[in-house]
Amino acid sequence: MTAIAQIQITRRDGKTAFPSSPVSFEEKLTENNLDLCSTDVEILQVNVGKLCNQACKHCHVDASPTRTEIMRRETVEACLEVLRKFQIPTLDITGGAPELIPDFRYFVTEARKTGAKIMVRHNLTVMFEEGFKDLPEFFAENEVEVVCSLPYFLETQTDAQRGTGVFEKSVEALKKLNAVGYGIDESLVLNLVYNPVGAFLPPEQTAIEADFRRELKNRYDIVFNNLYTITNMPIARYLDWLRRSKNEESYMQKLVNAFNPATVSGLMCRNTLSVDWTGRLFDCDFNQMLELGITEELPQTIRDFSPEKFVNRQIKTAAHCFGCTAGSGSSCGGTVAV
Amino acid sequence: MHYYNEEDLDRFGDIAKYKPELFEKFLAWYQACQEEGALSKREKALIGLAVAVTVQCPYCIEAFTNSSLENGSNMEQMTEAMHLASAIRGGASLIHGIQSHNAHDKVSM
Repeated sequence: MTAIAQIQITRRDGKTAFPSSPVSFEEKLTENNLDLCSTDVEILQVNVGKLCNQACKHCHVDASPTRTEIMRRETVEACLEVLRKFQIPTLDITGGAPELIPDFRYFVTEARKTGAKIMVRHNLTVMFEEGFKDLPEFFAENEVEVVCSLPYFLETQTDAQRGTGVFEKSVEALKKLNAVGYGIDESLVLNLVYNPVGAFLPPEQTAIEADFRRELKNRYDIVFNNLYTITNMPIARYLDWLRRSKNEESYMQKLVNAFNPATVSGLMCRNTLSVDWTGRLFDCDFNQMLELGITEELPQTIRDFSPEKFVNRQIKTAAHCFGCTAGSGSSCGGTVAV
Repeated sequence: MHYYNEEDLDRFGDIAKYKPELFEKFLAWYQACQEEGALSKREKALIGLAVAVTVQCPYCIEAFTNSSLENGSNMEQMTEAMHLASAIRGGASLIHGIQSHNAHDKVSM
């Protein structure tokens, strides 16, 4: 592990961007005789920018309609070049609302030609912005795996986290995705993401997936493939909320108490490489937001990437990593340990 | 000055100080009761919340509110559970009114 005590990025209120923890993540790994190193890069997760049509309370990106940081064509090309050259199996496009960058469709259609599986983290409501109504058809034509945020199957909880009116639009968007075959046709995968609306851990994934399946079907005749539970990461806007609501200490204690050593071998940072809107490389999207770059011995941007150099690299960690190791664990693909 | 301190919930284990073997037995029983069985963890958390409200234990109320949320329940479901438990408690009081009726009938013309 690499110590990061020297890094002191701050929030707007001047407080540190890292959560305060009763124990360091490094110590916890050592205590359990664990080391955190990467395997092969199987997933290239590209965060194309912080621009979003929403400003959710739990967003670890601090994304919003006022953000201007978006990926330019030259960086998109650098990512495509890596996909072509090294045949990375999966491209995971995230943001912000990734659809909002001018080169989004170019990125998807070109990436598809490389044979990579393409996932897009889609917030559902962006479909109702001007010029995006045909997104379901575009996704279907390119067999994009769509991963949609929906924190709960009820309006109150969803709107409390994601903004007034979001639930109603999300339901309409899911119906449109179903209408083009998502969640129905074998090649059109529609996955949902649950995350807690507050300072508590997610439920057991299969149990809450069954609730979502039953409730969305009965109430709205909506179907989907899988539901992923994701633990809220104590950084960025969610950390601000934890502090405002005086939950930071108890939430961190909860994460530390729930540390599960069995999650470490399945953490997403092991097989994922994260790219930011400028092309800089990180071990995960959370480290990216904390400006916790990849280990200094390695090339720092996608333009200089070569896969063999990135195998068995030391993952940078800090207190926020307890968010991925609590309970059954958490990743962009849901739980990591049973 | 108040008698309940929030941080005492984390000190529950201190009860073992003078009689560890009894607390160990209690803890094993308490934890086993909450495991998935014929009832799901979520159902058990809701029962726990309903009982907690009924016995008016602030520690249990906090613990089982969190447990219910972490097992996927929402406040509508949790409130229904709390109402049922409270209604049973109210009903248990009210049925004792029959004792009053009986006493009244005994001494009345």
